[in-house]
Amino acid sequence: MRSFLALFLARNKEYYRDKSALAWSILLPVFIVIGFAFAFSDEQQDLFKVGIIQSNASSAAAQTPLQKLEYIQWIPFEDHQEGIDRVRYHQIDMLLEPGDPLRFWVNSDNRNGYFLQHLLTANQSENNYILQPVTGRQVRYLDWVMPGILGMNMMFGSLFGVGYVIVRYRKNGVLKRLQATPVTALQFVSAQVCSRLLITLSISTLIFFGSKIFIDFIMIGSYMTLLLIAVLGAFSMISLGLLISTHTASEELAGGLLNFCSWPMMFLSGVWFSLEGAHPLMKDLAQLLPLTHIVTAARSVMIDGASLMQVGHHLLILVVMTSIFILLASRLFRWGRD
Amino acid sequence: MQKSNPAAYNTSPLLEVIGLRKEYDDLTAVNSISFSIHRGTCFGLLGPNGAGKTTTIEMIEGITTPSAGEIRFKGEPRKADFTQFAGIQFQNTALMDYLSVDEILHLFANFYRSTRDIDELIGLCDLGSFRNRYATKLSGGQRQRLLLAIALLNDPEIIFLDEPTTGLDPQSRRNFWELITAIKQQGKTIVLTTHYMDEAELLCDELLIIDQGSIVDSGSPAELLARHFDDSCISLPLSAIGGKEKRLTIEYRTTETEIEFYSQSVEATIHMLLEIQIPLNGLKVRNRTLDDLFLKLTGHQLRG
Repeated sequence: MRSFLALFLARNKEYYRDKSALAWSILLPVFIVIGFAFAFSDEQQDLFKVGIIQSNASSAAAQTPLQKLEYIQWIPFEDHQEGIDRVRYHQIDMLLEPGDPLRFWVNSDNRNGYFLQHLLTANQSENNYILQPVTGRQVRYLDWVMPGILGMNMMFGSLFGVGYVIVRYRKNGVLKRLQATPVTALQFVSAQVCSRLLITLSISTLIFFGSKIFIDFIMIGSYMTLLLIAVLGAFSMISLGLLISTHTASEELAGGLLNFCSWPMMFLSGVWFSLEGAHPLMKDLAQLLPLTHIVTAARSVMIDGASLMQVGHHLLILVVMTSIFILLASRLFRWGRD
Repeated sequence: MQKSNPAAYNTSPLLEVIGLRKEYDDLTAVNSISFSIHRGTCFGLLGPNGAGKTTTIEMIEGITTPSAGEIRFKGEPRKADFTQFAGIQFQNTALMDYLSVDEILHLFANFYRSTRDIDELIGLCDLGSFRNRYATKLSGGQRQRLLLAIALLNDPEIIFLDEPTTGLDPQSRRNFWELITAIKQQGKTIVLTTHYMDEAELLCDELLIIDQGSIVDSGSPAELLARHFDDSCISLPLSAIGGKEKRLTIEYRTTETEIEFYSQSVEATIHMLLEIQIPLNGLKVRNRTLDDLFLKLTGHQLRG
């Protein structure tokens, strides 16, 4: 335990004294967040989005005066609450339930909803419809992308923070020097993992709350659930970085392998855009990537207020992936060069 | 500097290497070698580049896995806790980038069951003037002294030094030798690999010469020289010969600047030179050295 603690503290000191790396790991995501904040500061879709509660959405739409209008995207819902939540967070402008009387939900803070409400009720008696106002903040793209940016930063910090450091230690002989002491591979590796976990979580927390102050993104769910996702997510990424670094003493090869893992995750894990309409094969592939589960679970908690049970399957997958990575890394780990 | 007179030779060896062998795909790096190291001695492993010195020492240290053979420490097969009793200084080792000398020593001290007093070690290895400096900011000599201090942290019974002065300037090498001599005087057993013959001659009580993975010869420096040479080397500047090589009647060898004669009788050689009217200005007479021995045994010229 003494060896582990000594290595753990030493690695932490090394990290925070490397000012350029520390600054970069904090500044990069901040730059991205600020960039998106400006780029999407005036975001408002021209297209109206109307949800409809009915299995046959098109025939239902035909029963309302809105059918005469173009530029309306009709989105069917089977679940009332899901549709209402979409209205609440401005993801749709109105939710309709055809019938007599006609029921509809609009968010009083949504300007598109305001126009749609007046278009719908212009020539109708008040007895023919029931207006059900909803309140809630608009979900901006920035709110949607924030879990992705946090997850991406966690991914890069964990993969490269562990992978590169161990490969560099192996290349320059630090690992060999440690091998010549009573320190075991388990003590060394666990100290590296725990140190990186602490660093990644600290930086993610700093970015999270710093961005919250700066751009006030939506955070509806439980902070404890989000923390659990962050811990399991960072652990899975660190384990993957560890697996990549088990053998090689080449920083070039390690860099290639780390990029090979990180870039597909950046584009296929739903960091920047949703994979809703993507090819099924791509969606299946995305499920094999830990970042997909981190981002999806974090997004569900932050935007939809999902509970621990609702994101439990993502956490379970992260635990399984981490176990596989750790098991393989422990079998393949070498102190010295190949 | 004074060599130890290892009275401990009559005791059982501290370390025994029996039939040690290391094979790679198409290469036998170490070919079934056996030797013993006695407590309190400085044991030198000498050989040209690629002879198998580092592979041998790393197999003993437990860094490299032998293909065959046995390593016994204090009469028993070497155990997993051997690193608690051994101090090791590798040929090329970096240390943590952003830790100071003091912090590195404290870090490594945490790995051992018992350690020497760090302040005392800092004094012994003369690290006091830069104990708060990052390891990356140290000069070559300072770094080697820090690595030696790390190797001494656990107050080891046996210390492995793999080419510890390679790359150091003459002053730093001399300082390092004084340090090793001080450690020897504490009764420590030292295993040293080196390219420098003056270093081996100065520090080592026992030598093992290996080439191409096999033992060529072993013994104390004096024993080895006495076993292989019974002559002296007489040298003259090359210019003194003046084209009279064909009249020389004894074996000679030329270097870039000198001609060397190897003779059992210095008087007879000088008489022969005078007879063929070769001037004796610049004449030097010296005993045979480990360099000569090396050249004879391995066919490789070493740095001196």
